Amino acid sequence: MTETPLKLKTGLAEMLKGGVIMDVVDAHQARLAEEAGAAAVMALERVPSDIRRDGGVARMSSPKMIREIMEAVSIPVMAKVRIGHFVEAQILEELGVDYIDESEVLTPADHANHINKHAFKVPFVCGCTNLGEALRRIGEGAAMIRTKGEAGTGDIVEAVRHLREVTREIRILSVLGDEELMAEAKRLQAPFEIVRWVAKNGKLPVPNFAAGGVATPADAALCMQLGAEAVFVGSGIFKSEDPAARARAIVKAVTHFNNPKALLEASESLGEAMRGIDATKLPEAALLAGRGW
Amino acid sequence: MKIGVLALQGDFAAHGRMLSQLGCPWTEIRRADQLGEVDGLILPGGESSTMLKFLCEENLLEPLQEFGKSGKPMFGTCAGAILLAQDVTGPAQASLGVLDIAVQRNGYGRQLDSLVTETDCPALGPEPLELVFIRAPIINRVGPGVDILLEHRDHPVWVRQGNIMAATFHPEMTEDTRMHRKFVEMVETSQD
Repeated sequence: MTETPLKLKTGLAEMLKGGVIMDVVDAHQARLAEEAGAAAVMALERVPSDIRRDGGVARMSSPKMIREIMEAVSIPVMAKVRIGHFVEAQILEELGVDYIDESEVLTPADHANHINKHAFKVPFVCGCTNLGEALRRIGEGAAMIRTKGEAGTGDIVEAVRHLREVTREIRILSVLGDEELMAEAKRLQAPFEIVRWVAKNGKLPVPNFAAGGVATPADAALCMQLGAEAVFVGSGIFKSEDPAARARAIVKAVTHFNNPKALLEASESLGEAMRGIDATKLPEAALLAGRGW
Repeated sequence: MKIGVLALQGDFAAHGRMLSQLGCPWTEIRRADQLGEVDGLILPGGESSTMLKFLCEENLLEPLQEFGKSGKPMFGTCAGAILLAQDVTGPAQASLGVLDIAVQRNGYGRQLDSLVTETDCPALGPEPLELVFIRAPIINRVGPGVDILLEHRDHPVWVRQGNIMAATFHPEMTEDTRMHRKFVEMVETSQD
Protein backbone atom coordinates (compact mmCIF):
# COMPACT_ATOMS: atom_id res chain seq x y z
CA MET A 1 0.00 0.00 0.00
CA THR A 2 1.35 3.45 -0.86
CA GLU A 3 1.60 5.98 1.93
CA THR A 4 -1.24 8.51 2.18
CA PRO A 5 0.01 11.94 1.02
CA LEU A 6 0.68 14.30 3.94
CA LYS A 7 -1.31 16.95 2.04
CA LEU A 8 -4.44 14.85 2.37
CA LYS A 9 -3.88 14.42 6.11
CA THR A 10 -2.97 18.04 6.88
CA GLY A 11 -5.73 19.14 4.48
CA LEU A 12 -8.50 18.35 6.94
CA ALA A 13 -6.60 20.23 9.67
CA GLU A 14 -6.38 23.21 7.27
CA MET A 15 -10.19 23.11 7.05
CA LEU A 16 -10.48 23.25 10.85
CA LYS A 17 -8.40 26.42 11.16
CA GLY A 18 -10.07 29.32 12.89
CA GLY A 19 -12.44 26.83 14.47
CA VAL A 20 -13.16 25.11 17.78
CA ILE A 21 -12.95 21.35 18.37
CA MET A 22 -15.10 20.35 21.34
CA ASP A 23 -14.90 17.29 23.61
CA VAL A 24 -18.27 15.51 23.75
CA VAL A 25 -19.34 12.34 25.58
CA ASP A 26 -22.59 11.49 23.77
CA ALA A 27 -24.74 12.26 20.70
CA HIS A 28 -26.71 14.91 22.58
CA GLN A 29 -23.59 16.90 23.44
CA ALA A 30 -22.27 16.40 19.90
CA ARG A 31 -25.42 17.93 18.40
CA LEU A 32 -25.24 20.81 20.87
CA ALA A 33 -21.59 21.41 19.86
CA GLU A 34 -22.48 21.33 16.15
CA GLU A 35 -25.37 23.74 16.68
CA ALA A 36 -23.02 26.08 18.54
CA GLY A 37 -20.70 26.18 15.51
CA ALA A 38 -17.99 23.65 16.45
CA ALA A 39 -15.75 22.83 13.46
CA ALA A 40 -15.30 19.26 14.77
CA VAL A 41 -15.94 17.17 17.87
CA MET A 42 -13.70 14.88 19.91
CA ALA A 43 -15.67 11.81 21.00
CA LEU A 44 -14.64 10.42 24.39
CA GLU A 45 -16.29 8.65 27.32
CA ARG A 46 -15.04 10.97 30.02
CA VAL A 47 -13.77 14.55 29.63
CA PRO A 48 -10.27 15.13 31.06
CA SER A 49 -11.48 16.64 34.36
CA ASP A 50 -13.49 13.46 35.05
CA ILE A 51 -10.53 11.25 34.09
CA ARG A 52 -8.45 13.28 36.55
CA ARG A 53 -11.09 12.85 39.28
CA ASP A 54 -11.83 9.16 38.72
CA GLY A 55 -8.26 7.90 38.30
CA GLY A 56 -7.72 4.36 37.05
CA VAL A 57 -6.63 3.47 33.52
CA ALA A 58 -8.09 5.72 30.82
CA ARG A 59 -8.45 3.91 27.47
CA MET A 60 -9.89 4.42 23.98
CA SER A 61 -13.65 5.08 24.15
CA SER A 62 -16.23 2.48 23.22
CA PRO A 63 -16.64 2.23 19.42
CA LYS A 64 -20.42 2.08 19.88
CA MET A 65 -20.47 5.46 21.57
CA ILE A 66 -18.12 6.95 18.96
CA ARG A 67 -20.30 5.56 16.15
CA GLU A 68 -23.42 7.12 17.69
CA ILE A 69 -21.66 10.48 17.65
CA MET A 70 -20.51 9.98 14.03
CA GLU A 71 -24.12 9.31 13.08
CA ALA A 72 -25.44 12.30 15.02
CA VAL A 73 -23.42 15.10 13.37
CA SER A 74 -22.18 16.12 9.92
CA ILE A 75 -18.93 17.75 11.11
CA PRO A 76 -15.67 15.74 11.46
CA VAL A 77 -15.40 13.38 14.45
CA MET A 78 -12.07 12.73 16.20
CA ALA A 79 -11.30 10.19 18.91
CA LYS A 80 -8.39 9.49 21.25
CA VAL A 81 -6.02 6.55 21.56
CA ARG A 82 -3.40 5.87 24.23
CA ILE A 83 0.18 6.92 23.41
CA GLY A 84 1.82 4.03 21.56
CA HIS A 85 -1.38 1.93 21.33
CA PHE A 86 -1.39 1.32 17.59
CA VAL A 87 -4.07 -1.37 17.83
CA GLU A 88 -6.56 1.09 19.33
CA ALA A 89 -5.66 3.27 16.31
CA GLN A 90 -6.28 0.38 13.89
CA ILE A 91 -9.71 -0.06 15.45
CA LEU A 92 -10.58 3.63 15.15
CA GLU A 93 -9.38 3.72 11.54
CA GLU A 94 -11.61 0.74 10.78
CA LEU A 95 -14.49 2.57 12.48
CA GLY A 96 -13.86 5.51 10.12
CA VAL A 97 -13.17 8.41 12.49
CA ASP A 98 -11.83 11.50 10.71
CA TYR A 99 -8.83 12.20 12.98
CA ILE A 100 -7.07 10.30 15.78
CA ASP A 101 -5.60 12.08 18.80
CA GLU A 102 -2.68 10.11 20.26
CA SER A 103 -3.31 11.67 23.62
CA GLU A 104 -1.52 12.10 26.94
CA VAL A 105 -4.98 12.48 28.51
CA LEU A 106 -5.35 8.69 28.29
CA THR A 107 -3.00 6.37 30.20
CA PRO A 108 0.10 5.68 28.02
CA ALA A 109 0.43 2.18 26.57
CA ASP A 110 4.14 2.39 25.67
CA HIS A 111 6.82 4.06 27.76
CA ALA A 112 9.31 4.51 24.91
CA ASN A 113 7.53 4.66 21.55
CA HIS A 114 4.72 6.60 19.98
CA ILE A 115 2.63 5.18 17.13
CA ASN A 116 4.20 5.07 13.65
CA LYS A 117 1.56 7.31 12.16
CA HIS A 118 2.91 6.97 8.60
CA ALA A 119 1.40 3.48 8.58
CA PHE A 120 -2.16 4.84 8.74
CA LYS A 121 -4.47 6.45 6.19
CA VAL A 122 -6.37 8.34 8.89
CA PRO A 123 -4.55 11.52 10.04
CA PHE A 124 -3.22 11.95 13.60
CA VAL A 125 -2.90 14.90 15.96
CA CYS A 126 -0.35 14.77 18.80
CA GLY A 127 0.37 17.00 21.78
CA CYS A 128 3.65 18.80 22.48
CA THR A 129 5.22 20.91 25.19
CA ASN A 130 8.11 22.25 23.07
CA LEU A 131 9.47 22.29 19.51
CA GLY A 132 11.60 19.15 19.81
CA GLU A 133 8.58 17.12 20.90
CA ALA A 134 6.46 18.61 18.08
CA LEU A 135 9.08 17.74 15.45
CA ARG A 136 9.52 14.18 16.76
CA ARG A 137 5.76 13.65 16.42
CA ILE A 138 5.80 15.14 12.91
CA GLY A 139 8.71 12.81 12.08
CA GLU A 140 6.47 9.90 13.14
CA GLY A 141 3.76 11.15 10.78
CA ALA A 142 1.52 13.47 12.84
CA ALA A 143 -0.48 15.77 10.51
CA MET A 144 -1.47 18.26 13.21
CA ILE A 145 0.24 19.42 16.39
CA ARG A 146 -1.50 20.82 19.45
CA THR A 147 -0.13 22.06 22.74
CA LYS A 148 -0.65 19.68 25.63
CA GLY A 149 -1.46 22.40 28.11
CA GLU A 150 -2.68 20.74 31.30
CA ALA A 151 -5.94 19.05 30.35
CA GLY A 152 -8.91 19.02 32.72
CA THR A 153 -7.69 21.91 34.89
CA GLY A 154 -9.44 24.89 33.28
CA ASP A 155 -6.08 26.65 33.83
CA ILE A 156 -4.61 28.15 30.65
CA VAL A 157 -1.11 28.68 32.05
CA GLU A 158 0.45 25.50 30.65
CA ALA A 159 -1.01 25.92 27.15
CA VAL A 160 0.45 29.44 27.13
CA ARG A 161 3.83 28.07 28.24
CA HIS A 162 3.81 25.45 25.46
CA LEU A 163 2.65 27.86 22.74
CA ARG A 164 5.28 30.41 23.71
CA GLU A 165 7.98 27.76 23.91
CA VAL A 166 7.26 26.42 20.41
CA THR A 167 7.11 29.95 18.96
CA ARG A 168 10.33 30.99 20.73
CA GLU A 169 12.23 27.94 19.48
CA ILE A 170 10.98 28.44 15.91
CA ARG A 171 12.22 32.05 16.06
CA ILE A 172 15.65 30.86 17.22
CA LEU A 173 15.84 28.34 14.37
CA SER A 174 14.94 30.99 11.81
CA VAL A 175 18.00 33.12 12.64
CA LEU A 176 20.58 30.30 12.92
CA GLY A 177 23.10 29.72 10.13
CA ASP A 178 23.00 26.49 8.10
CA GLU A 179 26.11 25.17 9.87
CA GLU A 180 24.42 25.58 13.27
CA LEU A 181 21.31 23.52 12.45
CA MET A 182 22.75 20.07 13.17
CA ALA A 183 23.80 21.11 16.68
CA GLU A 184 20.35 22.62 17.21
CA ALA A 185 18.68 19.43 15.93
CA LYS A 186 20.78 17.52 18.47
CA ARG A 187 19.73 19.89 21.25
CA LEU A 188 16.06 19.65 20.25
CA GLN A 189 16.34 15.85 19.76
CA ALA A 190 14.44 16.34 16.52
CA PRO A 191 14.84 15.00 12.95
CA PHE A 192 17.40 17.11 11.06
CA GLU A 193 15.44 17.44 7.79
CA ILE A 194 12.37 18.76 9.61
CA VAL A 195 14.55 21.13 11.65
CA ARG A 196 15.91 22.48 8.35
CA TRP A 197 12.42 22.89 6.95
CA VAL A 198 11.26 24.84 10.01
CA ALA A 199 14.40 27.02 9.95
CA LYS A 200 13.72 27.90 6.30
CA ASN A 201 9.96 28.47 6.58
CA GLY A 202 9.66 29.91 10.09
CA LYS A 203 6.68 27.73 11.01
CA LEU A 204 5.70 24.11 11.61
CA PRO A 205 5.11 22.02 8.48
CA VAL A 206 1.66 21.02 9.83
CA PRO A 207 -1.13 23.08 11.44
CA ASN A 208 -0.47 24.18 15.02
CA PHE A 209 -3.49 24.18 17.36
CA ALA A 210 -3.93 24.93 21.09
CA ALA A 211 -5.37 22.62 23.74
CA GLY A 212 -5.37 22.02 27.47
CA GLY A 213 -7.03 24.30 29.99
CA VAL A 214 -9.21 26.52 27.77
CA ALA A 215 -12.24 27.57 29.87
CA THR A 216 -13.33 31.00 28.63
CA PRO A 217 -13.69 32.94 25.35
CA ALA A 218 -10.74 35.06 26.53
CA ASP A 219 -8.59 31.92 27.00
CA ALA A 220 -9.40 30.81 23.45
CA ALA A 221 -8.61 34.24 21.96
CA LEU A 222 -5.38 34.37 23.99
CA CYS A 223 -4.22 31.14 22.34
CA MET A 224 -5.13 32.52 18.90
CA GLN A 225 -3.27 35.79 19.52
CA LEU A 226 -0.25 33.73 20.61
CA GLY A 227 -0.25 32.05 17.20
CA ALA A 228 -2.49 28.98 17.53
CA GLU A 229 -4.48 28.29 14.36
CA ALA A 230 -7.51 26.70 16.08
CA VAL A 231 -8.51 25.67 19.60
CA PHE A 232 -9.53 22.42 21.30
CA VAL A 233 -11.84 22.79 24.30
CA GLY A 234 -12.10 19.78 26.58
CA SER A 235 -13.80 20.05 29.94
CA GLY A 236 -14.26 23.83 29.64
CA ILE A 237 -17.65 23.69 27.89
CA PHE A 238 -19.64 20.81 29.34
CA LYS A 239 -18.32 21.36 32.90
CA SER A 240 -19.59 24.97 32.87
CA GLU A 241 -22.97 26.23 34.05
CA ASP A 242 -24.44 26.92 30.57
CA PRO A 243 -22.63 24.75 27.99
CA ALA A 244 -24.63 25.94 24.93
CA ALA A 245 -23.96 29.62 25.63
CA ARG A 246 -20.30 29.00 26.45
CA ALA A 247 -19.80 26.89 23.32
CA ARG A 248 -21.26 29.63 21.10
CA ALA A 249 -19.18 32.29 22.87
CA ILE A 250 -15.90 30.38 22.44
CA VAL A 251 -16.64 29.80 18.72
CA LYS A 252 -17.24 33.53 18.33
CA ALA A 253 -14.08 34.42 20.26
CA VAL A 254 -11.89 32.25 18.02
CA THR A 255 -13.18 33.87 14.81
CA HIS A 256 -12.98 37.41 16.21
CA PHE A 257 -9.84 36.78 18.31
CA ASN A 258 -8.37 40.17 17.38
CA ASN A 259 -11.52 42.21 17.98
CA PRO A 260 -11.91 43.32 21.65
CA LYS A 261 -15.48 44.54 21.03
CA ALA A 262 -16.56 41.09 19.82
CA LEU A 263 -14.61 39.45 22.66
CA LEU A 264 -16.46 41.60 25.19
CA GLU A 265 -19.80 40.55 23.67
CA ALA A 266 -18.70 36.91 23.75
CA SER A 267 -17.68 37.17 27.40
CA GLU A 268 -20.99 38.55 28.72
CA SER A 269 -23.91 36.54 30.15
CA LEU A 270 -22.11 33.22 30.19
CA GLY A 271 -22.85 31.81 33.64
CA GLU A 272 -20.11 30.24 35.72
CA ALA A 273 -17.00 28.81 34.07
CA MET A 274 -15.76 25.38 35.18
CA ARG A 275 -14.35 25.59 38.67
CA GLY A 276 -10.83 24.60 37.67
CA ILE A 277 -7.61 23.58 39.39
CA ASP A 278 -4.47 25.72 39.68
CA ALA A 279 -2.14 23.69 37.43
CA THR A 280 0.98 24.95 39.22
CA LYS A 281 -0.30 23.40 42.49
CA LEU A 282 -0.68 19.90 41.03
CA PRO A 283 1.80 17.28 42.25
CA GLU A 284 4.25 15.98 39.63
CA ALA A 285 2.45 12.61 39.40
CA ALA A 286 -0.87 14.29 38.52
CA LEU A 287 0.54 16.19 35.54
CA LEU A 288 -0.56 14.81 32.16
CA ALA A 289 1.78 16.96 30.03
CA GLY A 290 4.80 14.91 31.12
CA ARG A 291 3.41 11.84 29.34
CA GLY A 292 4.92 11.23 25.90
CA TRP A 293 8.58 11.18 24.90
CA MET B 1 -8.62 46.37 -7.10
CA LYS B 2 -8.81 44.29 -3.93
CA ILE B 3 -10.21 40.83 -3.25
CA GLY B 4 -11.76 39.81 0.06
CA VAL B 5 -11.42 36.37 1.62
CA LEU B 6 -14.22 35.41 4.01
CA ALA B 7 -12.31 34.64 7.22
CA LEU B 8 -14.95 33.33 9.62
CA GLN B 9 -13.38 29.86 9.73
CA GLY B 10 -11.46 27.51 7.46
CA ASP B 11 -8.45 27.71 5.12
CA PHE B 12 -8.79 31.41 4.30
CA ALA B 13 -5.04 31.95 4.82
CA ALA B 14 -4.29 29.44 2.03
CA HIS B 15 -6.43 31.45 -0.40
CA GLY B 16 -4.63 34.61 0.72
CA ARG B 17 -1.31 32.93 -0.03
CA MET B 18 -2.46 32.19 -3.61
CA LEU B 19 -3.57 35.80 -4.13
CA SER B 20 -0.28 37.11 -2.72
CA GLN B 21 1.62 34.86 -5.14
CA LEU B 22 -0.35 36.47 -7.97
CA GLY B 23 0.49 39.93 -6.64
CA CYS B 24 -3.19 40.62 -6.00
CA PRO B 25 -4.09 42.80 -2.97
CA TRP B 26 -6.45 41.00 -0.59
CA THR B 27 -7.96 41.36 2.87
CA GLU B 28 -9.75 39.15 5.41
CA ILE B 29 -13.51 39.75 5.71
CA ARG B 30 -15.26 39.01 9.01
CA ARG B 31 -18.02 41.66 9.10
CA ALA B 32 -20.61 42.95 6.64
CA ASP B 33 -19.30 46.53 6.85
CA GLN B 34 -15.97 45.35 5.36
CA LEU B 35 -17.58 44.15 2.10
CA GLY B 36 -17.57 47.67 0.65
CA GLU B 37 -13.75 47.61 0.57
CA VAL B 38 -13.51 44.72 -1.91
CA ASP B 39 -14.33 44.03 -5.56
CA GLY B 40 -14.58 40.24 -5.37
CA LEU B 41 -14.92 37.65 -2.62
CA ILE B 42 -13.51 34.17 -2.01
CA LEU B 43 -15.46 31.81 0.27
CA PRO B 44 -12.87 29.31 1.55
CA GLY B 45 -12.94 25.66 2.52
CA GLY B 46 -13.74 24.75 6.11
CA GLU B 47 -16.86 23.62 7.91
CA SER B 48 -19.89 25.04 6.09
CA SER B 49 -22.13 24.57 9.16
CA THR B 50 -19.74 26.69 11.27
CA MET B 51 -19.52 29.45 8.66
CA LEU B 52 -23.30 29.42 8.14
CA LYS B 53 -23.73 29.96 11.88
CA PHE B 54 -21.82 33.23 11.60
CA LEU B 55 -23.65 34.27 8.41
CA CYS B 56 -26.99 33.91 10.18
CA GLU B 57 -26.13 35.26 13.63
CA GLU B 58 -24.04 38.20 12.51
CA ASN B 59 -26.39 39.30 9.70
CA LEU B 60 -24.06 38.51 6.81
CA LEU B 61 -26.49 36.48 4.67
CA GLU B 62 -28.25 39.39 2.99
CA PRO B 63 -25.16 41.58 2.45
CA LEU B 64 -23.42 38.61 0.79
CA GLN B 65 -26.44 37.89 -1.43
CA GLU B 66 -26.50 41.59 -2.42
CA PHE B 67 -22.76 41.42 -3.14
CA GLY B 68 -23.30 38.56 -5.59
CA LYS B 69 -26.40 40.06 -7.20
CA SER B 70 -24.58 43.37 -7.77
CA GLY B 71 -22.33 41.50 -10.21
CA LYS B 72 -19.23 41.40 -8.02
CA PRO B 73 -17.49 38.03 -8.56
CA MET B 74 -17.55 35.32 -5.89
CA PHE B 75 -15.52 32.11 -5.80
CA GLY B 76 -16.28 29.31 -3.33
CA THR B 77 -14.21 26.16 -2.73
CA CYS B 78 -15.68 23.10 -0.97
CA ALA B 79 -17.53 24.62 2.03
CA GLY B 80 -17.59 27.90 0.07
CA ALA B 81 -19.35 26.12 -2.81
CA ILE B 82 -21.91 24.77 -0.33
CA LEU B 83 -22.60 28.30 0.93
CA LEU B 84 -23.11 29.62 -2.63
CA ALA B 85 -25.42 26.78 -3.77
CA GLN B 86 -29.16 27.02 -4.32
CA ASP B 87 -29.93 23.71 -2.58
CA VAL B 88 -27.96 21.84 0.10
CA THR B 89 -28.58 18.30 1.37
CA GLY B 90 -26.84 15.80 3.63
CA PRO B 91 -28.25 17.25 5.91
CA ALA B 92 -30.23 20.17 4.46
CA GLN B 93 -29.07 23.62 5.52
CA ALA B 94 -29.60 27.25 4.50
CA SER B 95 -27.32 28.88 1.92
CA LEU B 96 -26.84 32.08 -0.07
CA GLY B 97 -28.57 30.54 -3.11
CA VAL B 98 -26.69 32.70 -5.63
CA LEU B 99 -25.48 29.75 -7.76
CA ASP B 100 -28.07 27.46 -9.36
CA ILE B 101 -26.68 24.08 -8.26
CA ALA B 102 -27.66 21.45 -5.71
CA VAL B 103 -24.91 19.98 -3.52
CA GLN B 104 -24.76 17.05 -1.15
CA ARG B 105 -22.45 17.66 1.82
CA ASN B 106 -19.69 15.08 2.44
CA GLY B 107 -20.90 13.45 -0.79
CA TYR B 108 -17.86 11.19 -1.10
CA GLY B 109 -17.92 10.08 2.55
CA ARG B 110 -15.62 10.72 5.50
CA GLN B 111 -11.93 11.70 5.73
CA LEU B 112 -10.83 8.16 4.75
CA ASP B 113 -12.58 8.77 1.40
CA SER B 114 -10.73 12.06 0.81
CA LEU B 115 -8.33 11.93 -2.13
CA VAL B 116 -5.65 13.73 -4.10
CA THR B 117 -5.62 13.10 -7.85
CA GLU B 118 -4.65 14.70 -11.16
CA THR B 119 -6.71 15.36 -14.26
CA ASP B 120 -6.61 17.13 -17.61
CA CYS B 121 -8.36 20.50 -17.50
CA PRO B 122 -8.71 22.03 -20.99
CA ALA B 123 -10.27 25.18 -19.48
CA LEU B 124 -6.84 25.96 -17.94
CA GLY B 125 -4.51 24.78 -20.70
CA PRO B 126 -2.37 21.71 -21.39
CA GLU B 127 -0.85 21.24 -17.90
CA PRO B 128 -2.76 18.74 -15.73
CA LEU B 129 -4.59 20.04 -12.65
CA GLU B 130 -4.11 18.61 -9.16
CA LEU B 131 -7.43 17.98 -7.41
CA VAL B 132 -7.52 17.84 -3.58
CA PHE B 133 -10.88 16.58 -2.29
CA ILE B 134 -11.33 16.71 1.50
CA ARG B 135 -14.67 15.48 2.82
CA ALA B 136 -15.88 17.11 -0.37
CA PRO B 137 -19.46 17.82 -1.44
CA ILE B 138 -20.94 16.39 -4.66
CA ILE B 139 -22.75 18.63 -7.13
CA ASN B 140 -25.79 16.56 -8.14
CA ARG B 141 -27.75 19.16 -10.13
CA VAL B 142 -26.73 22.16 -12.23
CA GLY B 143 -29.22 24.73 -13.49
CA PRO B 144 -29.56 25.72 -17.19
CA GLY B 145 -27.42 28.86 -16.83
CA VAL B 146 -24.49 27.07 -15.21
CA ASP B 147 -21.34 26.19 -17.20
CA ILE B 148 -19.48 23.04 -16.16
CA LEU B 149 -15.75 23.85 -16.37
CA LEU B 150 -14.54 20.46 -15.11
CA GLU B 151 -16.02 17.04 -14.35
CA HIS B 152 -14.47 14.25 -12.32
CA ARG B 153 -15.92 10.78 -11.77
CA ASP B 154 -19.13 11.76 -13.59
CA HIS B 155 -19.83 14.77 -11.36
CA PRO B 156 -19.26 18.47 -12.07
CA VAL B 157 -16.47 19.65 -9.75
CA TRP B 158 -15.87 23.17 -11.09
CA VAL B 159 -18.78 25.34 -12.29
CA ARG B 160 -19.54 28.94 -13.15
CA GLN B 161 -22.73 30.95 -13.56
CA GLY B 162 -22.09 34.54 -14.60
CA ASN B 163 -19.79 36.04 -11.97
CA ILE B 164 -20.25 33.21 -9.46
CA MET B 165 -17.74 30.34 -9.57
CA ALA B 166 -17.44 27.27 -7.36
CA ALA B 167 -15.22 24.19 -7.02
CA THR B 168 -15.77 21.16 -4.79
CA PHE B 169 -11.99 20.66 -4.45
CA HIS B 170 -9.21 22.84 -3.04
CA PRO B 171 -6.95 24.60 -5.58
CA GLU B 172 -5.65 26.62 -2.61
CA MET B 173 -4.08 23.44 -1.20
CA THR B 174 -1.79 23.13 -4.25
CA GLU B 175 1.01 25.22 -5.78
CA ASP B 176 -1.04 25.80 -8.96
CA THR B 177 -2.39 29.38 -9.11
CA ARG B 178 -4.23 29.08 -12.45
CA MET B 179 -7.76 28.91 -11.01
CA HIS B 180 -7.09 31.88 -8.75
CA ARG B 181 -5.64 33.75 -11.73
CA LYS B 182 -8.89 33.07 -13.58
CA PHE B 183 -10.85 34.50 -10.65
CA VAL B 184 -8.63 37.59 -10.47
CA GLU B 185 -9.30 38.10 -14.20
CA MET B 186 -13.05 37.79 -13.55
CA VAL B 187 -12.78 40.53 -10.93
CA GLU B 188 -10.73 42.75 -13.26
CA THR B 189 -13.23 42.24 -16.10
CA SER B 190 -16.18 43.02 -13.81
CA GLN B 191 -14.70 46.47 -13.17
CA ASP B 192 -14.52 47.45 -16.86
